[in-house]
Amino acid sequence: MLPEYKTSVKKVDNEDKMAGKAIYTDDIQMDNALFAIPVRSTISYGKILKIVTPALPQGYFFISAKDIVKENVCNIILSDWPVFPAEVHYKGETIGLIVGPDKKICLDLASMTHATYNEFEPVYEMKNSYVHKEFTKGDTSKFLDAVKVFSEEFETGYQEQVYLEPQGMLIYLENNQIVVKASMQCPFYIHKAICRTLGCEESKVRVIQPAVGGAFGGKEHYPSLMAAQLATAITKIKKPIKMIFDRKEDISFTTKRHPSKTEISAYIDKNDNIIGVKIHVGIDGGAYVGCSAVVLSRALIATTNTYTFDNVAISGDAYCTNKVPSAAFRGFGSPQSIFAMEQFINHLADFLHVNRDELRNKYLVKTGDITSTNGIFRDEIILPVLIKKAKEMSNYEVKKKEYAKPGSFRGIGISTFLHGCGFTGSGESTIINAQLKITKDKNNIVRFYTSQVDFGQGNLTTLKRIVVDTLGIPEEQVIYEAPDTNKTLSTGPTAASRTIIIVGGLAAKAAKHLKEIWKDGEEQEIIEPYVGPSYIKWDEDTMQGDAYPGYAWGVNVIEVSVDPITYEVKVEGAWSTYDVGHAIDERIMIGQADGGLAQAIGWAYFEKEVMENGVFRQKTLSDYVIPTMMDLPKMETAFIDNPFPYGAFGAKGAGELTFVGGAPAFCSALEQAINRKVNKIPALPEYIMELMKNGN
Amino acid sequence: MEIRFTLNNQEVVLDVNPSMRLLDVIRKELHLTGTKEGCGEGECGACTVLVNDEPYNSCLTPVINVLDKKVMTIEGFRETKEYRIIADAFASMGASQCGFCTPGMILVTHALLKKNPHPNEEEIRFALAGNLCRCTGYQAIVNAVLKISEENK
Repeated sequence: MLPEYKTSVKKVDNEDKMAGKAIYTDDIQMDNALFAIPVRSTISYGKILKIVTPALPQGYFFISAKDIVKENVCNIILSDWPVFPAEVHYKGETIGLIVGPDKKICLDLASMTHATYNEFEPVYEMKNSYVHKEFTKGDTSKFLDAVKVFSEEFETGYQEQVYLEPQGMLIYLENNQIVVKASMQCPFYIHKAICRTLGCEESKVRVIQPAVGGAFGGKEHYPSLMAAQLATAITKIKKPIKMIFDRKEDISFTTKRHPSKTEISAYIDKNDNIIGVKIHVGIDGGAYVGCSAVVLSRALIATTNTYTFDNVAISGDAYCTNKVPSAAFRGFGSPQSIFAMEQFINHLADFLHVNRDELRNKYLVKTGDITSTNGIFRDEIILPVLIKKAKEMSNYEVKKKEYAKPGSFRGIGISTFLHGCGFTGSGESTIINAQLKITKDKNNIVRFYTSQVDFGQGNLTTLKRIVVDTLGIPEEQVIYEAPDTNKTLSTGPTAASRTIIIVGGLAAKAAKHLKEIWKDGEEQEIIEPYVGPSYIKWDEDTMQGDAYPGYAWGVNVIEVSVDPITYEVKVEGAWSTYDVGHAIDERIMIGQADGGLAQAIGWAYFEKEVMENGVFRQKTLSDYVIPTMMDLPKMETAFIDNPFPYGAFGAKGAGELTFVGGAPAFCSALEQAINRKVNKIPALPEYIMELMKNGN
Repeated sequence: MEIRFTLNNQEVVLDVNPSMRLLDVIRKELHLTGTKEGCGEGECGACTVLVNDEPYNSCLTPVINVLDKKVMTIEGFRETKEYRIIADAFASMGASQCGFCTPGMILVTHALLKKNPHPNEEEIRFALAGNLCRCTGYQAIVNAVLKISEENK
C-alpha cells in the first residue's frame, strides 16, 4: 500500500534558510583562516618554464606543482586533470595558489606572479577526439535499401550552471585530520581526491557538508580540484585556508555544459517508413577528459529518445580542446542529443509531409521494445497518457491550428523525452557500491546516514520521509543530517538522478530490515549494501545491454510569441506532464519540474556563452543572462502515477528529467511562430533575424 | 571615518572606510551572514537589504550611503510578524530550495507588500525580477506572494 503523497510535508531545512540562519561555506566564521587566490595561466597551451612570484611578505606562500605531496592528479573519473599543471591546457588554469592572511594582498601578489612558457599551438575546434564510442542495433546494412535519406545537423552551446552560491571551500586541521567544508555535491569525491594526491589514509580526511546554494552538476567534480589544491597547501602551511570564488571567476574558469554538434540521418523506404537512423554526437570536452567519456555515453544512449527504430548506428566523440573543461550539468549529455532528435523528428515529418505528432506517435517507444543498446524497456510506459494530458492542459490542438495562420507570430510546441535513472549500466553495483548505515539507540531514536547533499532538491526531507514512513514511527524519532564522512559510509555521489531511486530505495530497504529486527530499548545497527536488479547487464566497452535500472518520462508543451520587429521571444505558457513513478513529495517534485524547465528555457533562448581564443566572452551575470521572474511564464505540471517496482515507494529519479525536454519544446513552438527551422540553440533574436532573412 | 546608521532597529557606529560595500560591513564587520553575495555587481539580488524600507543591493551600496538611515537585514526582519507571514507562505508553496536567494527574496517581498498589499501576478513578477533564483523557476515564489496577496484582500 502506497502512502498518500499528494500532500507534502514541511521541508526540514526551510526555516533556517528563510531566516538567513543556514550556514553556507563563506558564512563559516574562522578568524585565523588564510585566503587562497589562484594564479592562472595566461596562455591556452604550453609547458611552464618558470613561475616568478614577487617577494612574498612573511606569512604568505606560493603553492604549486613543486609542493605536491604524492600524486599530481585530481581524481575525476578519468584522472587526467593535474592538481597543478606542469603543462597548461587552457587559459585560466590554476598554476598555483597565493595563500596569506590578507585577501587584498593575496590578490595583488597573485596578479604580480608571472609564468613563462614554451607555447604550443592551441586547438579550439572540435577536431581531436579523445574518446570515441560506437554501437549498432539491428541490421544497419538495410540502410542501403533506402530510397531517400534525410540528414540534418544540430548545435547546442555552453551553459553555465549559475548556482546562486559560487564555488567555495574551507580547509582546516582538527583532531589529526584534514577537514573540508565546501559547497559541494559529492563529499566522497572530495575525500578520495585528497587521499589520492596526498597519498594518505582515508581516516586522515574528513569532509563535512555545510548548506549548499545550488549545484546542478557544477559542484560534482570541480570541488575535487579545489580540494586537492587546498590539501596540498595546508600540508605545507598547516593553517586554515578559505578559497571563495567570486562570480566572474566562477563563470570564467569552472566547468560548463558540453557544447555539442549532432548529425542525424534517417533512411527512408518507398512507403516513407524509417528503415533506420544513423547518429553522430560530438561534444566539446575541453582541456581534460574528466567525466566527458561518461557524458558522451549518456548522450549516445539517450539519443534515440522516446522512439524505437529497428536499425540504428550510433557513434560519438568527445573532443579535446584547449578550453575550460566541460563537465556535469543537469542531464549530463542527454539534453544535447535529445534536443537534436526531437528537432530531427519534427523536421523529418515536414520533409515527409506528415503531421509531426503522427510521425512521433508512429515510432513512440512501447513497453517491451528493444533499446538502442539492445536492452529492454521493461517497465510500463505510459507516454501516450502523458502526451494526452499535456495536450489537454495546454489546449494544444486548438492552438496549434490557430497559430498556423500566417503572420500570427505565435507558436506552440511539444516534446517527449526520457531520462535513465542512476549510473549508467551496472555502475551502481560495480563502481559505486553504496552502503547505507542505519542505527537505533536505547531511546529508540533512529539515525541514518547518507552522502547525499541537499543543494536545494529537498532530499533532506524526502529521504527522511522514506525512512519515517517505512518504520511507521513519528518524525521526531528519526534523525537525518547533512553528510559528514566521519559518520556516513559512501552512498555515492549526489548525481545522475540517483538520490531517490537508488539511495531512497536503499534507505527504505534498510529501514524495513531494522523494523523486522526492532527491539525496544536496544542499540541496533544495520549496514545495507546496494543490490541492483539482477537483470541489469551492461558492457561499457561495447555499449550493449540495459543502460539504466529504470527510466523516467516527460512531456513539455511550450507556447511562445515572437515580436515581428525585434524577434524577441516571449514564453507565454509552459505545461508539463511527468511519469516519475510515484512522487515522494509532490511539492518538492513540482519545484524540480519548474526549476528544470526554467533552466532549459534559459539554455534554449537566454543563455549565451561564447568562447573566443580560449576565453569566455561572457564573464558576469550582466552579460551571461539567466531568466528572471519576468522572463518566465506560469508553469503548470501534472504527475501521472506509475509506481516503479525497485524505487522507494515506487519513486524514480526526477532531478534531471525536468531539464531534458524544454529546449526542443521551445524550439518547436518558435518554429511555428516564425515558420523556419531551428537547428541551433541558444536561439537568440539575432539568430532568428538571420533565419528570417535567409529563409529555409 | 565614523559611520552611524540604524541596523535592525539598533544604532550602529562604525569606524570604517566610507566606500566600503555595505555588504562587507554587514557580513565581515558585523558578522551577520544572512545577507549573501551572489554576484557582486547588483544582478542577482542575493545581497538585498532594506534601506528605509526600500530594497537595496548591498553589494553596490557604499556604507556612506546609509548614513543616518534605517537598514534592515534578514536577521532583523525575521523577528517581525510580517516575516512570519511571508516565511509561512514561502514554506507552504515550496518557494525555497537551495535557500541562497531566499533572504533577499523575502525582503523584496516585504518591500512590495508594504507598498501594495495585494499585488497581482504581473506586479509580483515585476517587483521581484531583480532577484535571481536558479532552483524554483520562480513559480513557487510567485505563488507564495500571491497567497499573501489573496489573504490581504
